[in-house]
Amino acid sequence: MIEINNLTKNFDQFTAIDDLTFTVKEGEVLGFLGPNGAGKSTTMKLITGFLSASHGSISIDGFEISKNPIEAKSLMGYLPEGAPSYGDMTTLEFLNFVAQIRGYTGEEITRRVQRVLDEVELNSVSQQTIETLSKGFKRRVGLAQAIMHDPKVLILDEPTDGLDPNQKHHVRELIKNLARDKIVIISTHILEEVTAVCSRAIIIAQGRIVADGTPAELEARSKYHQAVSVRLSEKYDLAADLTGLAEVGDVEMDSEDNMVFRILASGGNSIFSQVSEIAQAKHWPIIEFHASRGQLEDVFRTVTQQTQGAQ
Amino acid sequence: MGNLLIIFKRELLSYFATPLAYIFIVIFLVVNGFLTFDFGGFYARGQADLSPFFAFHPFLYLFMVPAIAMTMWADERKTGTIELLLTLPINLRDAILGKYLAAWALIGIALSLTFPIWLTANYLGDPDNGVIFAAYVGSWFMAGAYLAIGACLSACTKNPVIAFILTVTICVIFVLLGYPFLLGMLIGWVPQIIIDAISSMGFLTHFDSISKGVFDIRDFLFFGVFIAAWLFASAVVIELKKAS
Repeated sequence: MIEINNLTKNFDQFTAIDDLTFTVKEGEVLGFLGPNGAGKSTTMKLITGFLSASHGSISIDGFEISKNPIEAKSLMGYLPEGAPSYGDMTTLEFLNFVAQIRGYTGEEITRRVQRVLDEVELNSVSQQTIETLSKGFKRRVGLAQAIMHDPKVLILDEPTDGLDPNQKHHVRELIKNLARDKIVIISTHILEEVTAVCSRAIIIAQGRIVADGTPAELEARSKYHQAVSVRLSEKYDLAADLTGLAEVGDVEMDSEDNMVFRILASGGNSIFSQVSEIAQAKHWPIIEFHASRGQLEDVFRTVTQQTQGAQ
Repeated sequence: MGNLLIIFKRELLSYFATPLAYIFIVIFLVVNGFLTFDFGGFYARGQADLSPFFAFHPFLYLFMVPAIAMTMWADERKTGTIELLLTLPINLRDAILGKYLAAWALIGIALSLTFPIWLTANYLGDPDNGVIFAAYVGSWFMAGAYLAIGACLSACTKNPVIAFILTVTICVIFVLLGYPFLLGMLIGWVPQIIIDAISSMGFLTHFDSISKGVFDIRDFLFFGVFIAAWLFASAVVIELKKAS
């Protein structure tokens, strides 16, 4: 379990992290979201012990990072932002180095390195120097070193940044497989990733938590949650037919297509059947009709911009 | 295997993974040979010792050692590998010593490859090999002092060229501190005790006596303490500058 209490980090006059408190339990995949400069990477650098906190505490399975850094670091695997590695080494040399630092010897090194090479599919480039590898391979080398010791806590700073869609999919599958009995914290600004792999999401803005919940819970905070989206074949005044229905809110026209409308649910309950009955009764000129999910992107914008507005 | 040793090995191998180590060694040997035989008048002196060889070392190291030291931490910071290295379960002490000792070992290798000059002296005459051995060790310790300055200044910046220039500058100061010419300017208006203190901080003061065969443990101790102090300063700088 990771316990973070009143974590604050100041750089000179600037407060990067402002009184952050949260815990993460085994089996959780925590997505760490926020606009650029919100403090995602700084939080990860604090958790992994690269930076030291100005106030507050971080403990990894009971080991406080400021008091028992070696023990705490042994429990963690970390992929720093940009997946840095020693460019003049070959993939194999680099992974051997990490295995040695992680305390493995003899046969165990070979076994561990081979396992991660298989797991992130690096066998084809094991003899190449890292600086000659493509961005995708470099990222996988970074992942390989992070999972070398089968860590209880895996901290990945933008693990899929710069990967192609196939590689992204592969990395997400890998994270899901790893996650079962571990704690995984990933930072990302790709919101689909959160829905795809995370069991929980924390949105931070200006160093503070502005939202914390499962991706579904966060989606439910969107104004498009339970909304019905329709595409018409000709102009028709939908709003006129919907007045007087308590659960139905505004009707919005799509900003890109003036034949697409979204009928918002004001109470957060499903209005799909109600609206579809009316549509049939009034013979709406419909080509498409579906319930839309809440959009995480929308929630993200709302909560992060609120904080900016408040300052 | 201790973490210090693992890091030492990685660093040393990485010097040899690029042309850097080979270029350093070759240039070190060529320049050393040139200075010794040409400028130093190794043959013309008609004496079987290596004084002309060692006399140039303080000046040779002035440019060669900062070149090795400049990337030591600057590159780690520039490429972000410092974040990887320092979040592995290791002590900062092991990282600093491992990297430092690897660079020092590289200088040691280059220095020991000058053995043909020693062989020449032995072929031509009958030098005091004890003095020569002490001078070799003294020279290596002095190089270590330059390197420790370089390690610390390399931790101050992401830019290796800045690290190089700063290191050369500071090293020049420490070389000049022991220079009789500079000290002569102070005599008369500065208390003797301060002149002695300044002089005792100079590299030349200590290296001269070592290379002349005056074996005084205090000269070695000076370099040892000097190295330790700069490495300690590196640790402080690394802690302070990690965030930027």
